[in-house]
Amino acid sequence: MRDAPKPFWSPLSAGIVLGLALLLTFIITGHGLGASGFVTRFAAQANEWVAPTATAENAYFGPFMKAGNPLMSWITWEVVGVLIGAFLGAKGAGRISVKVERGPSTSSGNRLMYALIGGALVGFGARLARGCTSGVGLSGGATLAVAGFVFLIGFFAAGFAVSFLMRRVWQ
Amino acid sequence: MSIPFYDGGVASGLLSGVLFGYALEAAGFGSARKLTAQFSLRDFSVFKVMFTAVLVSAIGLYILRSMGLMAGNAVFIPTMFFWAILAGGLLIGAGFALGGYCPGTSVVGVASGRIDAVVFAVGMVIGTSAFAWVYEPLMGFYMAGQGPAAQTLPQLFGLPEWVVLLVLVVLAAIGFRLGTMMERARGGPLTSEEVCAPDDEADDLTMTAATRQA
Repeated sequence: MRDAPKPFWSPLSAGIVLGLALLLTFIITGHGLGASGFVTRFAAQANEWVAPTATAENAYFGPFMKAGNPLMSWITWEVVGVLIGAFLGAKGAGRISVKVERGPSTSSGNRLMYALIGGALVGFGARLARGCTSGVGLSGGATLAVAGFVFLIGFFAAGFAVSFLMRRVWQ
Repeated sequence: MSIPFYDGGVASGLLSGVLFGYALEAAGFGSARKLTAQFSLRDFSVFKVMFTAVLVSAIGLYILRSMGLMAGNAVFIPTMFFWAILAGGLLIGAGFALGGYCPGTSVVGVASGRIDAVVFAVGMVIGTSAFAWVYEPLMGFYMAGQGPAAQTLPQLFGLPEWVVLLVLVVLAAIGFRLGTMMERARGGPLTSEEVCAPDDEADDLTMTAATRQA
């Protein structure tokens, strides 16, 4: 018999701790938390492995490559920290669950296809928005930036619309 | 006193990341089903956690500035590029509803053992690469609708910062209330037992929840 996983924190407690972590990050670094910045740098590096010349000449990836190893950046260490912190938390609370998480009426194959397409949309969108839910929404929102709130309005509006059209994926 | 310290080192990144990852995981954000249940109005954790964090941090920054410990322009504030940021927000919302994660939460999903989060991350690298290869023709759109550099809501509305913070706190409180009411009407927020069960048990638990609701 498996031990039951510990309950999640209440949204209020989790939000307060997350807000304090974000505030501490502002105090230490002068900027907020992020995630997609690492994906960009990793993608630049991955493209360089496949097509070095074209990547160096690419208008978007080129500047990252010219500055040296694109992965040598604060955001890389932050994402490594996220992996460690989330793993320690999940492990300690018995919440590690190796599986394809999906709605009851969606096959694993379909779920993975939606994950791939959704990931591609998010990757493209994060470059357009110059950041993601963490960098522009959360961190931008905390500085009361107009950009952060425009982002959040778009994020929630499209989330509700697509979720309504695709509700069978999760239910 | 000179806050912030502008420390971009390894230890600073790891510390921020560990706290960030630990808090996201504790909120339940390593689970695609819990995250996406926001948009079926069954689980308002995404809204509640996000707005609480934004306000705690915003009020903290306001206090530091009011006490003279931090200059007004000391932290990075993103500049508005209306069309690209709106379109990016829409794409991320759509990809989140379909794929189950955003960039940060997908890292938490990977750390919690979710195979779908690994595939989502591969998708993000593909999408980011696609953007880079169409960046030049998109440049006009990317730069369109540029606002004043680092503009904030108090500047946009011409209101004191504390008034804006107060309005946001009131809006968040109303959102919390409405959210909790809608959660209750739809079987309540997803628990760790529901979303962390092994694959074969997950269906049973969902069934139990559905029966309970009916």
